[in-house]
Amino acid sequence: MMALFDILASAGLWAAVLRIATPLIFGTLGAVLCERSGVLNLGIEGIMTFGAMVGWLTVYNGADLWTGMLVAALAGAVFGLMHALLSVTLGLSQHVTGLGITLFASSLSYFLFRLNVPLASTPPTIVPFKPVSIPGLSDLPFFGQAIFTQTMPTYLAILTAMVMSYVIFRMPLGLAIRMTGENPHAAEAQGINPVRIRYSAIMAGSALMGMGGAFLTLSAFNSFFPTMVQGRGWICIALVVFASWRPGRALLGALLFAFFDAFQLRLQPVLGDRVPYQIFLMIPYILSIAALALVARRAKVPQALMQAYRRGER
Amino acid sequence: MRLERRAHRPLFLVLVSPLIAVAAALAIAGILIAMAGAPVLEAYWRIVTGAFGTRLAATETFTRATPLILTGLAAAVAFRARLWNIGAEGQFYVGAITVAALGSSTLAALPGPLLIPTLFSAGALAGMLLMLLPLWLRLRFSVDEVVTSLLLNFVAVLFVSLLVEGVLKDPLAFGWPQSLPVSEHALLPKLIMRSRLHIGLAVAVAAAIIVHLLQSRTVFGLRTRAAGLSPAGAAFAGVPLGLTLVKVACLSGGLAGLAGAIEVMGVKGYVTTDLSPGYGYSGIIVAMLANLHPVGVIAAAVFTAAMFVGADGMSRALGIPTYIADVVVSLSLLTMLVALFFTQYRIRR
Repeated sequence: MMALFDILASAGLWAAVLRIATPLIFGTLGAVLCERSGVLNLGIEGIMTFGAMVGWLTVYNGADLWTGMLVAALAGAVFGLMHALLSVTLGLSQHVTGLGITLFASSLSYFLFRLNVPLASTPPTIVPFKPVSIPGLSDLPFFGQAIFTQTMPTYLAILTAMVMSYVIFRMPLGLAIRMTGENPHAAEAQGINPVRIRYSAIMAGSALMGMGGAFLTLSAFNSFFPTMVQGRGWICIALVVFASWRPGRALLGALLFAFFDAFQLRLQPVLGDRVPYQIFLMIPYILSIAALALVARRAKVPQALMQAYRRGER
Repeated sequence: MRLERRAHRPLFLVLVSPLIAVAAALAIAGILIAMAGAPVLEAYWRIVTGAFGTRLAATETFTRATPLILTGLAAAVAFRARLWNIGAEGQFYVGAITVAALGSSTLAALPGPLLIPTLFSAGALAGMLLMLLPLWLRLRFSVDEVVTSLLLNFVAVLFVSLLVEGVLKDPLAFGWPQSLPVSEHALLPKLIMRSRLHIGLAVAVAAAIIVHLLQSRTVFGLRTRAAGLSPAGAAFAGVPLGLTLVKVACLSGGLAGLAGAIEVMGVKGYVTTDLSPGYGYSGIIVAMLANLHPVGVIAAAVFTAAMFVGADGMSRALGIPTYIADVVVSLSLLTMLVALFFTQYRIRR
């Protein structure tokens, strides 16, 4: 019991929560944006993998960290464009298209990585983002260490959640996006171009997913290895439902999820001799499934989600 | 320029669309090969000879195709009913580990002709049970089964890891995390001597034919297609939707579990956490390339297996990463989607 309390009272736990949450925040926000416009983007897992790879490779080849982040975002947008071509213009099944993008983007990541970095016993590394101390705030006794010693992308993720919340609920653009996700025919009657809205939302959302992936290689770790995304993309898709498609709740959901993850990591050494470590590693996935079952009934799904829009066709 | 729906789907286009899709995927991947500085045509020729050039290569390709036929069928039967089972990878692993557990237990004293069917059923049953959970969540709580079946893949692999490092660990494996080997009686007879090709291939082909007959000749098949094409229409016509989906989930999960069982009994003899190089996920591609047709799945699985086996040899000779096979195969899924679209629509100015 004391051990549990010690874990909760350590500033390291709370710092880890924010670090673990960052890629999930980016990914979930990206998925929220896509789904608000009515398109499910199951390409997320692959786009995150590609972002992680291309961001890392850019920095490895001499560019600075923010350029790596930018390249990852642009690459994400390109995959988003591909998804939009298939799911919006051609109106194909969003499930299958998204899975196709994931399989393609991950294979391409592994191929390009292996082409540029030959197999070695120790993977090459880069110098990742350094924690930024905010003058004043970082010197606070407990919170200073727990919250205000993150790297810049983490602060950017939190800021993005706030901005997106404002855009979606307080700006005409957000209304247009939500309308397209609820009823594209009605949106068109109001002079909104649903196709353009969906294209932009998918591309912007996919760019965020790419950045979430890049955080893994540019801040959380310093090297790339295949399968490093480890289902984070799928967890983001579950978090979207848990957050009932709201950016603010997506932020909270990601933090809550990261809390459980950080907690189980610290619980492992305590209970490690009695409980196999695989049980702990299962927790995030089981938690996501449980969260889905818990909220799915009450979920306010965008009404036109997964419905193709073709002008003049029902 | 706009897209116009065709009045009917020309059969010719439907039949050639996989060929066009594969050709397009090969052309796009060719750009990557050229960028990597290798001769494109030679690379593809080496893939072909690497997959079929020798007796050993050909048997290896068909050995690899065996689990792909089954996971491809698993995806095809589910997708036809719009049940998005993306959990074939996990179902493959629980099928495999169930066989390893039973096949190394006292049950293995049974003679082969009795033991092998028992283990097949046990593996399939394990896969079924793993698929029934996402389906139950969908029917009970309306949770999208895509995400839940995907997430269960990670849980299943961790569960296998837990067992092969724990109760099922082989003490004679020099500390490697691998399961106890299954008994000799449980190993599948070879189809061709001095090769790894085993009778699992015949089982997989038989499964494809049975699924085809089920889908085209039975009430269950009709109900499956109806549930997939229009759930509301099917319900109106008196199709018991829930029950149909349960049957489809059992069939789909069972096929994926059987794939895992056969892989253990036919090739490895024991389970590790890298038993499957993504057979479950490749099964989705196989199913789509076959346009969800059970017999087409056989051809699509052989193509996919040939890419993977052939790419190994090509990679050693030309220094192109073997991942090019994954790129070609996943690209052909995307090009296949586009090709199928144009069997239904045409471009009008």
